[in-house]
Amino acid sequence: MSAGDNPFYTALALILGMDDGLLAIVALSLQVSLMAVLIASALALPLGAALALWRFPGRNALIVMLNALMGLPPVVAGLCVYLLLSRAGPLGQWGLLFTPTAMVIAQVILVFPIIAALTRQQVEALHSEYAEQLRSLGLSQLRMMPTLLWDARFGLLTVILAGFGRASAEVGAVMIVGGNIDGVTRVMTTSIVLETSKGNLPLALGLGIILLTLVTLINALAHLVSEAAKRRLG
Amino acid sequence: MNVPLKTPSHSPAGHSTSSSVPALHFQQASFAHRGHRLLSPTSLTLSGCQRTLIMGPNGAGKSLLMRLAHGLLSPSSGHVTWEGAAPVQAMVFQRPVLLRRSVIDNLTYALAVQRVPRRERKALALQALEKFGLATLAKRPARVLSGGEQQRLTLARAWLLKPAVLFLDEPTSALDPAAIKAVEDAVNEFHHNSTRIVMTTHDLHQAKRLADDVLFMYSGQVLEHTSAEQFFDTPASAQARAFIRGELVW
Repeated sequence: MSAGDNPFYTALALILGMDDGLLAIVALSLQVSLMAVLIASALALPLGAALALWRFPGRNALIVMLNALMGLPPVVAGLCVYLLLSRAGPLGQWGLLFTPTAMVIAQVILVFPIIAALTRQQVEALHSEYAEQLRSLGLSQLRMMPTLLWDARFGLLTVILAGFGRASAEVGAVMIVGGNIDGVTRVMTTSIVLETSKGNLPLALGLGIILLTLVTLINALAHLVSEAAKRRLG
Repeated sequence: MNVPLKTPSHSPAGHSTSSSVPALHFQQASFAHRGHRLLSPTSLTLSGCQRTLIMGPNGAGKSLLMRLAHGLLSPSSGHVTWEGAAPVQAMVFQRPVLLRRSVIDNLTYALAVQRVPRRERKALALQALEKFGLATLAKRPARVLSGGEQQRLTLARAWLLKPAVLFLDEPTSALDPAAIKAVEDAVNEFHHNSTRIVMTTHDLHQAKRLADDVLFMYSGQVLEHTSAEQFFDTPASAQARAFIRGELVW
């Protein structure tokens, strides 16, 4: 095995080379996944909290559905979004297929159930501890929501990271709705698939190492922030 | 389940006056959970600005009675009603429930809930911390305080609400003697500021120190409601006599 075949050398060379193409791919990957997690969180955190606080007919069915959707195969999510956005589809006139926006939509669908279902669990646990005190203070269910979400923040950070892990790791959905177009919708995972199929295994592995490193860095950062906050606030 | 509790109005004049504590009536109020009757139909009136101690063995229904009075639970049958408008109330629980925030933020939170203007919150909170000897702990996370400090913080939080009625559910059961004294002093301080006290305990000595009147409960029934003197000197029921002698009552 020569130096050129070693994936670690390849990864290192890619990073040190600061290749514009690579940078664009990395930037797009982060952009798509972070945006998807941001949108999914904005929707799923309140929904999860609401599911924890209110009892209504069909609540259990909804919880089971969300739990099941945590295991939604990315290709299926991708296919659904593809059908929606394709020219003949109901949202075809928006012309979103094979754009980063389509990739964000697909990842939101993948990440949303994870964040909603896990938020429901976390908030429900905290609610059982806080409920009497908060009601004694005169809070309505609606006003409890922000309190519980804020006080569950350390657990919820982990929940959001789980969502980010799902978004950054998946390839099936972004491949189908993005199309892996060079310079437009090519991200880390789709590049890895492409390079593997071309037989360029060192490059594929090198990209994989970079992806893993990035995800590790983001998780480390989140961990440090949460630990510091925990020390400060208990 | 959701009985809206009245929120206090924050007048700078201080705590509510004794005349403003309305009477609370239980009218044949009972409570059952999953087919088990936990409180037999009970009729009683809590009036005036006294310190009422609810006593009885574990499982007698003391906490339940208090939650019905405070409005955290609704009776399965009968009624629990205040004469006129429900007064401002606060409750201190056996295990302090504190938010995962700093000591002072726990207090400013309670003020925010009561819609006290933002610029007034910090000063009020600091005053309360000072009063309860917690001023040096203001920036600490509330949940790393000792048990006694945590309970004092919940009392400080209740203090900020300026309640006409303060409910305390075995507030000292997990505390050491010094912390117990601090809580009892606080209870008397509330009382001096014309707050009606309703407190459960199974500590006879504590009841003797604090009680103006005693509600004795046994097995989901209120057996006695008399002045403290009468209860400790001439209890009417056999169960209360045994309880006061320190015998096990079943």
